[in-house]
Amino acid sequence: MTTATQTCPECDGPVDVGDTVRASEVIECPECRSELEVVATEPLLLALAPEVEEDWGE
Amino acid sequence: MVSSTAPRTALLASRTRFEEKRLLEALDRRGIPCTAIDTRTVRHHLHDTPPPWDLVLNREISATKALYAALTYESAGVTVINSATAIETCGDKWRTSLALRAAGIPTPPAALALTAQAAEEAAEEIGYPVVLKPLVGSWGRRVALIPDAAALRTVLEYSEALPSPLAKLAYLQRYVDKPDRDIRVIVVGGIPIGAMYRTSDGWRTNVARGATTTACPLTDDLAKLAATAARETGADLAGVDLVEDADGGLQVLEVNHGVEFKGFQEAHTDRIDVAELIVERLVLGADRRMDRETVREVGA
Repeated sequence: MTTATQTCPECDGPVDVGDTVRASEVIECPECRSELEVVATEPLLLALAPEVEEDWGE
Repeated sequence: MVSSTAPRTALLASRTRFEEKRLLEALDRRGIPCTAIDTRTVRHHLHDTPPPWDLVLNREISATKALYAALTYESAGVTVINSATAIETCGDKWRTSLALRAAGIPTPPAALALTAQAAEEAAEEIGYPVVLKPLVGSWGRRVALIPDAAALRTVLEYSEALPSPLAKLAYLQRYVDKPDRDIRVIVVGGIPIGAMYRTSDGWRTNVARGATTTACPLTDDLAKLAATAARETGADLAGVDLVEDADGGLQVLEVNHGVEFKGFQEAHTDRIDVAELIVERLVLGADRRMDRETVREVGA
């Protein structure tokens, strides 16, 4: 699995994804605070997470 | 070491948050194989053979998708936690209120109004300030503290303009003059495992809105109310929200079926491992070491 620092698709800032990242995991860009989704792990690919919808929540 | 009785398990989610990651790690530690189902890939034909799982941990973040996934898997003979029944009840504030009231659980006076005009009359009957909540939704979004009739009329005009028929219904609740905190109790398989205070500068005390969390002693009253509320709403895994009223009494506000526990875990550090307890009680079905004495210990 690729664990190197990735680039935020929103701000191009560095995002350290750690070495236990899983598919569909949501992580926050430390620079722009965007929510990012791990859309693939081999190779690792980040995308902006979907917008919150009306019926989301705990 | 995997138990010989471990059910074939799947975890349904479209987002792997703190909670889902902890659950998957807890399953891994027990050696319990678990299929991660991405909700976005779910499709089910009427004549499909049943899916190869005994148990689905339903962690879908959308209440609608969680409900329909639960209905689908349950129809195929799979145990789904939380169940479709629990999601239908807990995912709708009015249904929750009806279930709490029917069970005699203390909960603030509330009303459902089917039109804006009826909502204005109901608010007068409840007395201002009132809390206007969307029937479906969470994290404190669109929950409004309404000081007077003029403000209510304005907010209802916005609700009337929303496309969803559900959004046009008004759920009104009497405002509880509580401290700057509420209490969340997590119930796993009928047993309250601990409580936390959620404290905020504002009147909404959702963790998603920035509330801070601290451990709260799990008193007998809290444990009993939370366990009853979870049972009566059908939730095997529940986050029961309560407030302390001006007289020191406890009122149940709502029961969350898709409970997040990051804030709870931070408040209790390693004294209570929520994911471990979920795996132990709901996946393995074990109730050892979870008697009342243990509950008292972990909540203290």
